[in-house]
Amino acid sequence: MDELLRDFIAETTEHLAVLDRDLVAIEQTPGNGRLVSDAFRSVHSVKGTCGFLGLKRLETVLHAAENLLGKIRDGALPANPAAIGTLLGASDRARSLIGILARDGHEPDGADGDIVARLELAARPSPGAPLVDAAAGSETAGPEAAADTPAALSIRVNLDTIDRLMAEVGELVLARNQVMQMLRDRTDGETALALQRLSQVTSTLQESVMKTRMQPIGQAWGKLPRMVRDLGRELGKKIELRLEGSETELDRQVMELVKDPFTHMVRNAADHGIETPQERHRAGKPDSGVIALSARQEGGAIVITLADDGRGIDPEIIRATARRAGVVGEAELRAMSEREVQQLVFRAGFTTAAQVTTVSGRGVGLDVVRSNVEKIGGTVELSSAPGRGTRFVIKIPLTLAIVPALLLDCAGQRFAIPQTAVAELVRAGGEHRIEWLHDAPVLRLRGSLVPLVALRDVLGLGKAEARAAETLIAIVGYGTQRFGVTIDRVDDAEEIVVKSLSPMLRGVKLFAGSTILGDGSVVLILDPGALAAAVGAGETVAAPGTAAPLPRLDGAPRGVSMLIFRAGSDVPKAMPLSAILRIEEVAAREIEPVEGKSAMLYRGEAMRVHAFAALGNDDGKRRVLIVAQGGATLGFVVDEIVDTVDETPALDRSVARPGLLGIAAIAGRLTEIVDVAYYAGLEPARAHETARSAA
Amino acid sequence: MSAQDFVIVTLAEQSFGIPVMQVRDVLRRQRMTPVPLAPHAVAGLLNLRGRIVTAFDLRVRLGLAPRAADADAANVVVELGGELYALIVDAVGDVLTIPPGRLERVPATLDPVWREIAAAAHAADHGLVVLLDIARVLDLTPQFRNAS
Repeated sequence: MDELLRDFIAETTEHLAVLDRDLVAIEQTPGNGRLVSDAFRSVHSVKGTCGFLGLKRLETVLHAAENLLGKIRDGALPANPAAIGTLLGASDRARSLIGILARDGHEPDGADGDIVARLELAARPSPGAPLVDAAAGSETAGPEAAADTPAALSIRVNLDTIDRLMAEVGELVLARNQVMQMLRDRTDGETALALQRLSQVTSTLQESVMKTRMQPIGQAWGKLPRMVRDLGRELGKKIELRLEGSETELDRQVMELVKDPFTHMVRNAADHGIETPQERHRAGKPDSGVIALSARQEGGAIVITLADDGRGIDPEIIRATARRAGVVGEAELRAMSEREVQQLVFRAGFTTAAQVTTVSGRGVGLDVVRSNVEKIGGTVELSSAPGRGTRFVIKIPLTLAIVPALLLDCAGQRFAIPQTAVAELVRAGGEHRIEWLHDAPVLRLRGSLVPLVALRDVLGLGKAEARAAETLIAIVGYGTQRFGVTIDRVDDAEEIVVKSLSPMLRGVKLFAGSTILGDGSVVLILDPGALAAAVGAGETVAAPGTAAPLPRLDGAPRGVSMLIFRAGSDVPKAMPLSAILRIEEVAAREIEPVEGKSAMLYRGEAMRVHAFAALGNDDGKRRVLIVAQGGATLGFVVDEIVDTVDETPALDRSVARPGLLGIAAIAGRLTEIVDVAYYAGLEPARAHETARSAA
Repeated sequence: MSAQDFVIVTLAEQSFGIPVMQVRDVLRRQRMTPVPLAPHAVAGLLNLRGRIVTAFDLRVRLGLAPRAADADAANVVVELGGELYALIVDAVGDVLTIPPGRLERVPATLDPVWREIAAAAHAADHGLVVLLDIARVLDLTPQFRNAS
C-alpha cells in the first residue's frame, strides 16, 4: 500500500472519530454553529482527498453528508435528532469502507445508494420547518458562535501542580534522550518505531505542558495604566501609555521574574524620561508624552520594547554622574563611545535623577533590572537620543525549563552553554586573527576587536596552548558585551533541563547549574554572565561594524603594544597603543583647514589633526586616532587600522626624521614608527624618551 | 534515646560511622564529572537514577593522604536538606547498632578538623569508631573561605 493511502486512512479514521463526537455535541446544543462548521469542514476535506485518490464510494457518501451538514450550517435545516442520526449512519458507513480499504488496499465493490438516499431525504426541507435566509450568518457563524461555547472549557489548576508536572516532563525528556542515545545503533524496525513514537509523544507532551504554563504578558502589565496615570498626576505630567502585543504568551516563571523590572522601567520612563508639559512645549513636542510598551515573539525569545518620547539620556550628564559616583575611571570614561556611555546607566549605584523624587531614585536602579533579566538568560539594551527619547529592548527566553544548549569540549571535559548566549562560532586563523596585547588576546572580527578568554584558563584546566594559530571561538553576547571564549571543540547541541547546583557549589560562580545528557553523563552549564565577568570586558565593546575601543592595558606588565595602521602611503605605520585614547569616525568635512593645518572639533574644543597625506574633499568618512600626549590631545587621520602587535621591535633610527622615530620590522613588514611626541609639539628631549619606551 | 544504627565505613584503616537514617544508597566507584574551581573535597557530580549527586571525598575532607588511582572506593549516598551527596570512602562495612550509653565524647586531643565533624566516638570490639555529623562534614564554609 502506498504511503499516501496509509496516511489518508490514519487521518480519516481520526477525522471520523472527531466527527462523531461533534455530531453528538451538535445534537445536544443545536445552536452551536462553530461545531457544525467544524464538522462540515472536516467532511469536506476528507471528501476532497477521496476524489483525489479515486475512492468513489467514500466520495459519494461524504458528498451527500456534506450537503446535509451544509444545510444545517446555513440554518436551512434544524439539527434535529433525525438528521444527526442519518449523519452518524453515514459516518459508520465511511468507517467500514475505510476498514476494508485498510485491509485490501482498495474500495470494495458495491454501492451506497441506501445511505445516500437517506442523506438526500434528510437534506430536503421538511414542509413545516421554517426556512431561514441562507445567507444570514453563514460566514460569520464561527466567531459568533464561539461566544456560545459552554463556559466549562477551562478548569483552575494549582500552580504547584503545573510546576511539578513541568519538572516531571523535564525528567521524561532526559530519560527519553537517554534511551535514544542507548539504542541509537539498534536499527531493527520495531525498536526504531517504538523509539520514534516515544520521542514524538514526549515532545508533544512537553509542548503541551509548557503551554499550560504560558500566560499572556498583558497580565504583568495589568497595573501599569493605573500606575502611569497616578504618576502623571503626582509629577504634573501628561503621559499616555500604549500597550501592544499584550496577548504575547510567556512562561509563568519567566513572567514572575520580569514583572518587577517592567514596573520599574515604566516608572523610570515616567519619572526621568517624560518631561513636564511646559518643557515639552518649549521643545516643540506635544504636551502629552508617550510611553510605549510592546511585546512580540521572535523565535525562542520574547522581545519587549519600552520606548518613550521624553528627554532622552544626555551622555554628558551620565558622564558627570559616573565621574561623581566613581562608577568608572576617568581614562575609561574618555575612551567610551556615546553608546557605551549610555549603557553606564545599568551599572550599580547609578542614578541620573536630578532630584530624588518619591517615585524613583531610591537606590533600586537599572542595575537590578539588568541583573534580573540576565539571570534568566535575557538581555537588555538601551538606545537614546537626547531630546527625542529612550528605548529599551529586552530579550527574554520563552521558558526556562528546557534550554537548547551547545556542548563544548574543553580539556577533555564537556560543558554546556545556553545557545541563546552564543552569537556565533568562529575559527581563528585566516581572516579572523587572534592578536595579542601583552597577555590579553583579542580577536579581529569584521572590523571590531573582541576580547578573548580561554575557557581552559577560566576553568583552571591547564594553560591553553599559548598563541595557537587555529582555535575555535564561541562569540558570546551578554548584555551589551561581546566577547570570545576559546574552546577545543563543539561536540553537539542538545536540549537540556537545567538543574541547580547543590548549595555546596553555589560559591563556584562560573556555573549556572548542571544537567544530565542523553548518554547519562552529568555536565556543568556555563553561566555567560560569569564568563563575562571573567573576561572583565566591562562595557568596552562597540556595536558590530564599528571599531571597538582597544582593550585597556591596566594591570598588564609594562611593555609596548603597537597599533599598526596605514595612512597616506602603503608603508604601514605604528604608534604605541597606550597613547591612543580612541578611534573616531568623522565626516570628512568636519576636519577643517586652520592656518595651513587641519583641525576638528572634539568634545567641544578645537583639536589639531594631522593627516599624513593631503585630505581629499569628499563627503566620505575619515577615521581619526585620538591621541593624548603630554597633556595635549590631537588626531591622526588614518586610512586603515591594520593590526595590533605586542612586540619589542628593533628600531632602525638611521632613517629618523621629524615625526618619524625610525623603522622597525613588525609582523614581517617594515613599519614606520610615528613620533607622536613630535606631532604633539613637545620638546625634542621628551620625544626621545618616547622613542626609548617605544623601542 | 534509643539505640542508633550506623553504617561503618573505613578511610585509611580508620573506622567511621554514618547514621543509617541519613543513608539513601551505597554505590561502588562511579564515573563522575569533575567540577572545576570547586572546593578540593568535591570530587565531582554523578548521576544517580536521574538525580544529580554531589560527590565528596572524605579523605580530602579529613586531610588524609589521597587515594591511589587504582584503589577501591565506594560511595555512601546521604541526604541533607533535600539534597543528595555521595561520600567517597575506601570501603563500606556492616551496620553497627550502638546503644546511647556506649556513645562517648570525642577526645579533646583529636585533630581539630576531625573534632569539627565528629558527633561522638565509640569503642567497638575491633577498635575506635568516629561517628560523623553529616551536616558538619558537608559544611565547607570555613574551607571555602580559604579557597576563594
